[in-house]
Amino acid sequence: MILWIENLGRIGLSFCQSVGVSGLFLSRTVFRKPRLIRLFPLVIEQIYAVGVLSMVIIVLSGLFIGMVLALQGYNILERFGAVEQLGQLVALSVVRELGPVIGGLLFAGRAGSSLTAEIGLMQVTEQLTSMEMMAVDPLWRVISPRFWAGVISMPVLIAIFCMVAMFGSYLVGVEWLGVDAGQFWSNMQASVNFRIDVVNGLIKGLVFGIVVTWIAVYQGYYAVPTAAGIGRATTKTVVYGSLAILGLDFILTSVMLGGW
Amino acid sequence: MLPAIFYEIIKNFLYYNNLTLMIIDEVFKLIFGQDFIQMTDNFVEISDLYFTRNDHWIFRDISLCIPRGKIVAIMGPSGSGKTTLLRLISAQLYPRRGQVLVNGTDIHSLNQTDLYKIRNSMGMLFQSGALFTNIDVFENVAFPLRERTKLPEDIIRSVVLMQLEAVGLRGARDLMPSELSGGMARRVALARALVLNPQLMMYDEPFTGQDPITMGVLVKLIRSLNDNLGLTSIIVSHDVAETMSIADYVYVIADTRIIGEGTPEQVLNDKSPMVAQFIHGLADGPVAFHYPANKYQEDLQL
Repeated sequence: MILWIENLGRIGLSFCQSVGVSGLFLSRTVFRKPRLIRLFPLVIEQIYAVGVLSMVIIVLSGLFIGMVLALQGYNILERFGAVEQLGQLVALSVVRELGPVIGGLLFAGRAGSSLTAEIGLMQVTEQLTSMEMMAVDPLWRVISPRFWAGVISMPVLIAIFCMVAMFGSYLVGVEWLGVDAGQFWSNMQASVNFRIDVVNGLIKGLVFGIVVTWIAVYQGYYAVPTAAGIGRATTKTVVYGSLAILGLDFILTSVMLGGW
Repeated sequence: MLPAIFYEIIKNFLYYNNLTLMIIDEVFKLIFGQDFIQMTDNFVEISDLYFTRNDHWIFRDISLCIPRGKIVAIMGPSGSGKTTLLRLISAQLYPRRGQVLVNGTDIHSLNQTDLYKIRNSMGMLFQSGALFTNIDVFENVAFPLRERTKLPEDIIRSVVLMQLEAVGLRGARDLMPSELSGGMARRVALARALVLNPQLMMYDEPFTGQDPITMGVLVKLIRSLNDNLGLTSIIVSHDVAETMSIADYVYVIADTRIIGEGTPEQVLNDKSPMVAQFIHGLADGPVAFHYPANKYQEDLQL
């Protein structure tokens, strides 16, 4: 029993310590003297690596999810004779929930893991230490551009995901299953509210972007400098990132729907 | 009194490398007709240093001095803490007790800004080279210039090519680090470490993995750089012959303490069993080859 309490205490202390260290890490990354002219090209370079190179997986996933959603939705709506509501069903599902959540999960798997592995490898090969020896702060030169690139890229990727998903549902619903194109688009336009649906979806994307990129760069920076250590850090990024997205999605949805 | 205070303020405000410091000194000498540099004889002074890692003592009560303008070798068996000592001098690690003075400043008491200011006067050649793998050789050497100076592009190009020429790799400027051999990577790292004209140069195992030609060139290069640029150099190495040939003073570390020191001749003729065993590479002696373990027969269950 005593051993159990001891272990519980140790886990609790270790959790508090990680939260404290990661909080300090984030504050040192974000709140620093702005050097925008030097930082800008580095952020652009990282937006390419983190955002542009994630486009393929985001576009393909969005397309297939939109297509599947249209197929399932058509089958159910057909029973009630309401197939013209297909556009509304797909748009609200994708913009409010599926876009931010699935986009975030894909981002954690593709960009988050690659950020962690890259920073971890720089740690193993002493690149970050050598940077410190050149009096260049790795938090400014390596971590900060990657963090901001992640934060900027995520809402944009989610917006692209939503648009492609709607196009996918149009292909299946209108072009294949024969739903009237005018009804499809006009119902979608009438039901989706820019402030409530689109902006809230993008806010979710921004929050997920901050959290996933924070987890990714933190895990990479503090990875144990061995091959196994980097492997563990990459796994943690995907697991913690995914759980954080799902948990935060529930909280944000509750707040946005006025539950809290 | 006032000029001296003025000198300190200007130096702290403008100083970012050895060259700037020299220009400031010369300007003040011209204006006031006196030398303001207050230099101690030792660039690095370590006193009563204790360091542990995972509750295991690495150093116990170590004191040593690195004289200004000299090449000092730190030698000792594997695992004796030679690289750790370099990391303590550059404040990558913090001691449990004791003091490390670099150019008269307690390096472990500095905040990040002041630490980076003092690191501008240091260069370090890492055992692995530690080149940035996402940029080519030219950009690796140009990196400190781009980050720490505001030099125009044509000057950066000339300086980088001069550094690469000095290490014999001007022709490899467009190669990526993954295309270099271990020895070439070390030479690029040396060019990068020297590009900002440091006052203190630290070499971590510079001769390991080098072919005989490169090793010979490197030995000469380290000596000539030290003499021509007025550097102070610390070499951590296992290679007794090469290191002894260029070092002015040698410390031998083993068993958490300094077991021998002196000029290369004194160390070579040292009769103490531990130093003699290391220097002459003897299998039998007080420095154990085997890590502490149970009896061999017990482990084999014979």
